[in-house]
Amino acid sequence: MSTPSLSHSTPSIARRKIAEALFKIVGLGSLTIAVGTLALLFGALLYQGASQIDWQFLMSFPSRHAAEAGILPAWVGSTLIMLVTAVVGIPLGVAAAIYLEEYARKTWMTELIEVTVTNLAGVPSIIYGLLALGLFVYILGLGESILVAGLTLALLILPVVIVTTREAIRAIPVEIREAAYGLGATKWQTVSHHVLPYSAAGILTGIILALSRAIGETAPIVTIGALTFIAFLPPAPFTTQPPYISFDWLLSPFTIMPIQMFGWVSRPGEDFAGNAAAAGVLLVGMTLTMNGLAIYLRYRMRKQVSW
Amino acid sequence: MNTSSMAEQEAMHISKPNAIEEAAARRRTRQQRERVIEGGLFLAALTSVATTVLIIAVLLSESIGFFKTVPLRDFFTDTLWTPLFANPHYGILPLLAGTLVTSAVGLLVAIPLGTVAAIYLSEFSSSRVREIIKPALELLGAVPTVVYGYFALLVVTPALQRLWPDLPGFNMLGPGIVIGIMIMPFVISLSEDAMRAVPMVLREGSYAMGATRLQTAWRVVVPAATSGLVAAYVLGISRAVGETMVVAIAAGQNPNLTWNPLEPAATITAYIVQVALGDLPHGSIGYQSIFAAGLVLAVMTFAFNILGHVLRKRFREVY
Repeated sequence: MSTPSLSHSTPSIARRKIAEALFKIVGLGSLTIAVGTLALLFGALLYQGASQIDWQFLMSFPSRHAAEAGILPAWVGSTLIMLVTAVVGIPLGVAAAIYLEEYARKTWMTELIEVTVTNLAGVPSIIYGLLALGLFVYILGLGESILVAGLTLALLILPVVIVTTREAIRAIPVEIREAAYGLGATKWQTVSHHVLPYSAAGILTGIILALSRAIGETAPIVTIGALTFIAFLPPAPFTTQPPYISFDWLLSPFTIMPIQMFGWVSRPGEDFAGNAAAAGVLLVGMTLTMNGLAIYLRYRMRKQVSW
Repeated sequence: MNTSSMAEQEAMHISKPNAIEEAAARRRTRQQRERVIEGGLFLAALTSVATTVLIIAVLLSESIGFFKTVPLRDFFTDTLWTPLFANPHYGILPLLAGTLVTSAVGLLVAIPLGTVAAIYLSEFSSSRVREIIKPALELLGAVPTVVYGYFALLVVTPALQRLWPDLPGFNMLGPGIVIGIMIMPFVISLSEDAMRAVPMVLREGSYAMGATRLQTAWRVVVPAATSGLVAAYVLGISRAVGETMVVAIAAGQNPNLTWNPLEPAATITAYIVQVALGDLPHGSIGYQSIFAAGLVLAVMTFAFNILGHVLRKRFREVY
């Protein structure tokens, strides 16, 4: 009686094993497509762009002649905008995260804040550009300036900073806080002397990820009206006359790396494709370095910390 | 904390009413400082609410100006979008079609490949493979979108033109495929989270009945993780719909009411970029039209995001 059922089940097991093996191939294939296609594409980018990158490319203004064009105003603009974004976005985001994790009681207000944070994380970046165009550029009259671009990106990275900081803070065990309270510390003393220093590495990881996202953003900055062709630098932040420091650059027109690349990509003709690829290599290099650093930091943290 | 407790001790020893008052005053200033700090942190947290309100307010107020000129009926039924022409038409359908076609192509790439890859990662791969693949996927998700636009225009489309020699230089297929590759890491990561949230007991039960890994994955894990998987797809759609630079670079700038991905067409986002690159005076109908287009985009992504998060919450609650 058991013999026929066995002979019946044997081919089925074989078939199931074949199906399993097939799926493994398909699964690995899909992963390879996800990772491999991109490796291929980056190969193409590197092949077209790497030879263009030299000192002259980094230190020249854009030009009508592809061979002479460079990205000096673009990387200066990107650097200054990142400065504004970091100065505004990081303290706001970290403070908001501290409030939500350590202070907030369960009220409708807290609920509202949480919902808006989640929602903002999913808003397309170009919508932030429209917000900045309507609010910063026209209603507040700040023009198409470095300040506006920095503020726009600060709002854009806020959800990322908040979410990652909250995760880092949440990983600190409650006992640490209880011990501090037990010794008579106030809430802020507990947070600033214990919670923040212990979660600093996690918060830093989040900040790096957020800034790496901001540095590659194109759509919102195009929307506020950044130019693709700029043949001058913003005023220097340091001057020879007292008070030696100047904030004129905040209201200066600008361009940034991704917009410079966009400008070159959308020019007809083959000439500028090489420049675009070179800018692309630098951009990808920068974001991958920042992300790699963040991933490494997180990996080390996970290994070290044992509460 | 030391100063105040010492002050209290001092007060007890000497029992001067003055010292007690001093300690109380110190405690009051400390409490005040705490309250100021909490208030400051609360204000920082309110930024997110303020940003949301401001986005809605700016989009609505500029759109109201637009809809004073353009009747809502024309906006949703006219089949031409030519706000900058001498004879303007304001029908959102061509832009909507462009957005939907590029997103659909992207999803046709990202959903099947992403799901299979996620099943493989969650159910089959060793933890070592996962340790390598997950950060790699994360890196891919961080590449600036303008670089993907370059790929779509100068790498993927020329490759596709070898298959279809008639394919125009600007088309929706190339950017659609690139969008798919671009959102795949996001879809994989969310789907894998959903499947890993399925308790081990369910898998063990299935193995005990003699099921293979594939049978367990397909008949137990995937059904149990359905709402999480759907949430991953929905959030992926929201990303694809809002994607800007890839389509602005590679899909063309002409609004074109077509469902054929081999043709060029502008999307909502590409139109906004196109207008922003020009120099339209503030307050003109062309300027207002990008806010009306943005409003449509925002409503669509809001809807998808809310749906996605409701679904995600559901799968978290079940287990």
